[in-house]
Amino acid sequence: MTKNGPLALVFHTLVVVFMLAPLVIVCLVAFTPENTLTLPTAGFSLRWFKAVFAHPDFVQSFWNSLWLAFMAATIAVAAAVPAALAITRWEFPGRQFLNALFLSPLIIPHLVLGVAMLRLFAVVGATGSFAWLVAAHVVIVTPYVMRLLIAAISGFDRSVEQAAYSLGASEATVFRRVTLPMILPGVTGGWLLAFINSFDELTMSIFITSPSTVTLPVRMYMYATESIDPMMAAVSALIIGITAAAALLLDRVYGLDRILVGQK
Amino acid sequence: MSFLTLRNVTKRYGSFEAVGNVTLSVDKGEFVSLLGPSGCGKTTTLQMIAGFVDVTSGTIELDGRDITRTKPNSRGLGIVFQSYALFPHMTVYDNVSFGLEMKRVAKAERAALVEEALALVHLDKYAKRYPRELSGGQRQRVALARAIVIRPPVLLLDEPLSNLDAKLREAMQFELRDIQRKVGTTTIMVTHDQAEAFSISDRVVVMEAGRITQIDQPYRIYEHPETEFISRFVGKTNMLPGTVATVADGHAAVSLAGVPVEVPADGLSAGEAVVLCIRPEKLRLTAPGQGRIAGRVTDRFFLGSQWLYHLDGPLGTVMAVTANDGDAPLEQGAPVGIDWPASVVRVHRGVLSAAPALEELE
Amino acid sequence: MSSFSTDPAASPLSGEPQDAAGGFRKRFAPALMAGPATLLFATLVLTPLLLTLLLSFNEYDHATGRTHGFTLSHYAEVLTDGYYLEIFLRTFRVAALATAICAIIGVPEALILSRMRNPWRSVFLLVVLAPLLVSVVVRAFGWSMLLGPDGVVNMILQAVGIGRTRLLYTEGTVVVALVHVMLPFMVIPVWTSLQKLDPAVEQAALSFGASRPTTMVRVIAPQILPGILSGSLIVFGLSASAFAIPGLLGGRRLKMVATVVYDQYLGELNWPLGATVAVILLVANLIVMLTYHHVVEGQYRKRMG
Repeated sequence: MTKNGPLALVFHTLVVVFMLAPLVIVCLVAFTPENTLTLPTAGFSLRWFKAVFAHPDFVQSFWNSLWLAFMAATIAVAAAVPAALAITRWEFPGRQFLNALFLSPLIIPHLVLGVAMLRLFAVVGATGSFAWLVAAHVVIVTPYVMRLLIAAISGFDRSVEQAAYSLGASEATVFRRVTLPMILPGVTGGWLLAFINSFDELTMSIFITSPSTVTLPVRMYMYATESIDPMMAAVSALIIGITAAAALLLDRVYGLDRILVGQK
Repeated sequence: MSFLTLRNVTKRYGSFEAVGNVTLSVDKGEFVSLLGPSGCGKTTTLQMIAGFVDVTSGTIELDGRDITRTKPNSRGLGIVFQSYALFPHMTVYDNVSFGLEMKRVAKAERAALVEEALALVHLDKYAKRYPRELSGGQRQRVALARAIVIRPPVLLLDEPLSNLDAKLREAMQFELRDIQRKVGTTTIMVTHDQAEAFSISDRVVVMEAGRITQIDQPYRIYEHPETEFISRFVGKTNMLPGTVATVADGHAAVSLAGVPVEVPADGLSAGEAVVLCIRPEKLRLTAPGQGRIAGRVTDRFFLGSQWLYHLDGPLGTVMAVTANDGDAPLEQGAPVGIDWPASVVRVHRGVLSAAPALEELE
Repeated sequence: MSSFSTDPAASPLSGEPQDAAGGFRKRFAPALMAGPATLLFATLVLTPLLLTLLLSFNEYDHATGRTHGFTLSHYAEVLTDGYYLEIFLRTFRVAALATAICAIIGVPEALILSRMRNPWRSVFLLVVLAPLLVSVVVRAFGWSMLLGPDGVVNMILQAVGIGRTRLLYTEGTVVVALVHVMLPFMVIPVWTSLQKLDPAVEQAALSFGASRPTTMVRVIAPQILPGILSGSLIVFGLSASAFAIPGLLGGRRLKMVATVVYDQYLGELNWPLGATVAVILLVANLIVMLTYHHVVEGQYRKRMG
C-alpha cells in the first residue's frame, strides 16, 4: 500500500477543515455573549441557549421534532422488520417490486415528495394533522431501516433457525429467541438512523407542517430567511448536539462506519 | 427390527427428481452413512428425515409411527448441521440446554443433563463461553452435545467433519463413533468423504443421481462394489477392459490384451466385453520375469505409510501400492513382474466408460 | 454454505416459498408480513405522486384558486417560457459544477483515506462522512455565517488586503455549500469501490514493470470508475433538487427548481404549475438513475463480475 505523501496530507487537511468549518463555527458562535454573530472571544455565555428555551415557538418545535422522530422511527421499524423478513426469505410474485417500492423514497427528491403529500393531505383533509406528518416521516425513513435489516437478515446463517426448530421450538419462539436477537443490531441501528433522519428532515416537512406541527429544522429555516442572529446558532448547536448523541449511540450499537459506508 | 424405515421416498422439484425411490431400514443403535458425490441426493434425503423438506411420495416411519407429514419441531430428532448452527448470542450452556427448555424440563434436571452432555464431549469447562470464543472443533462438539442431550431417537449428522482440518477430522471421526457407541443412539451421517464413511459406519448407503446404488458394510462395498462408479468412488482401482474368450465349467477366460485371466463364469457369455477391477494394494510386485505380466516403473509417489507406483505394461498404465516396510523402493524405470491372486479380481460387465476428466471432478 | 442445503440441486427457487422451517408452506405469509408497509407506501408514495401527476394537468383559476379540467398549458409554459428555462439552466449549471468539484475533491480524498493506517483512517472517514447526519439547515446556516459580510472568510480577505466582498447570494456560494453537503455522497461509493479492490492486483501490475502513474490510470481508475459514476449521479440528482441551500444562500433572485416549486405551491398557490415543475424534476431524476442502472452497471458487471 503506497503511503500518503506530504502533498496528499495537505490536501486532506484542507478537506477536513472544509468539512468541519461550518459546524465548528456554528457551535462556537452559539456561545457568544454578544448580540451579533461574533466568535465568543470575550468569554462563553449560555444566553442564546436560554433564549431558545424561552422562545415558545422554538420550544414547541423542539418537542415536535423529538416526538415526531421517536414515533416515526418506531413505526418504521415495526413495519420494516416483517417486510424485510418477507422480502429476503420468500420468493413471491411482486417481491422485486416491493423491494424497489420500499427503497424508492431514496431516489425521489424530498421536494417532490413534499408537494405530493401536500396535495394528498389537501384531498383527504389531513392538512395540519400530526399523525399524517408522522406517517410521511415513516415513509421517508423506512428505506434506511430496510437497507440495514436486509443486510442483517441476508448475512444470517439460516441453519441456526433450523436448529432451533429441530430442538422443538415453535415458530414464535424461534423468532423471539433466535432470529430477533441475531438481527437486533440491525433493528436498533435502523431505529437510530431513522430517528436522526427524521429529526433532520427539512425539505419535505416544509410543505406539510402546519403552525402547530412545525418541526425544529423548518422553524429554523423560516427564521433564518428573515433574520440572522446568534439564537439560530444556538438552535443549530442544539440540533448538532442531539444528532451527535444519537450518532454515538448508533456507533455503540452498530458501528457508525458500517452505517455510513456499508457492510464489510 | 427396523427402527427408522424409509419406503420409496421420492422428492421432485418440478420435473427434476432429486431423490428417487429410496428405501432404507435402519436398526436401533446403528451408525449408517449416506455416501455419494455432490448432487447425489444424500442431503435432501436427510432433510426429508428431519422434516425440512416435504416428501413428494413415499413414507418415513420412526419406531412404528408415520412421521412423513410431521412438522420438524415435533419430530424430536437431534441434528448436527454442517455449519454447526450454534446460537451465537447464547453461551455454550444455553445452547445445549435449549432443546431441554423446549421440552419443558425442570431447571435442576436440565442442569444435570447439560453437565453430563458437556462432559461427554469433553467441554465441561467451557459452559460459560460463547461460540465465537471457541475453535472449530469445539463448536462442533457443542453442536453434538446439543443434539444428544435431548436423547433423540435418531441423530442426524450433516457433513459434521467437513469444516475441520485433516488431522482434527481424523481424531473427531473416532471420537464421534465412541460417543455414539456410549449413548447408543441410532445415527445417520451424510458425507462425501469415503474414508470417513467407511471408518466409522456399521453400514454405508451409496447414492448416485438420487438413487441408492448399494447398501452394505463398508468392507463389503470396498471389496465387492456393485457398479463401476462405486468402484471408482470408494477407492483407487485399476480398470482393465477385456473380452470374454471362452466359457466352460463355471469359469470364464477373459483376454486382457492377450493375457488370459480366469474369473467365475457367473452368467458371462463368450465375446462379451467386461472390465476387470483390481485394487492397487492387491497387486504383488515380483522380480522381473516372474508374475503374470511384465511392467516397468514410470513414476513413484511417497505417501508416508505406502509407496504408489505407476507401472507401464501390456495392459497400459497400472497403479500398484506397497507398504512402506523400510526397504528401498523400486527405482524409476526399473522392470518388475506384476502378479495377483485370482480372488481379488472383480468383474463389471460392459465397456469401460472414460474416467472423469479433471473438469468434471470439480 | 450456510443452511441445510449443501447439495446444489437441493434448494432451487422454483417458486415454492422456502421459509425458515423448510416444510411450512404458507403462501399468504409474505403478504401479511409485508402488508402494513406496502399499504403505507401505496398511500403515501404512489397515491400522492399520482395525484401530483394529475394535478399538473389541471387548469388553475387565479381568481378562485380552484383547480379542475385538463390542460397542457402548464407544461407548455414551463418548457418554453424564458423565465423557467433560465432557472432550469441555472439549476443544471450549479448541479453540474457541484458534481464536478465533488469528484475532483472526493476521489483523491477517498484514495488518501484508503491509504491511511488505522486508527487515523476510521477517524478521518468519520470526520468526512459524519456531517451527513446533521440537518441541512444547520450546514447551510453555517455557510451563511462563514461567508457573510462579517464572516470568517471576509475577515481573512480583509486581513489579506482584498477587502470585503459580497459572497452571499451568489451562485458560487450555492455551489460551495452544495459541495460541502454532497461530498460524503461522492466519497462513499468511491470508498466502497476502493475497498473491493484486490491489493494483489496492484502488486501484480507493479511486478510486471508498470510505473505508479500507469498503475493508477490503467489498473485502479477503471475499477473505481463505477463508484465515481454512481457518486456523480447521486450528487447531481440531489443538487438539482436541493432546496435549503439555494433558499438560504441563493437569496430571492437566484432561483432554482426547488425554490420555484416552493414559490408556486406556498406563494402563488398555483399548484398545477408547481406540480408540473415537480413532475419534470422527478422524471429527470428517474431517467438519470435508470440510465445508470441499465447501461453502466450492466457493462461493468460483465467486465468485472
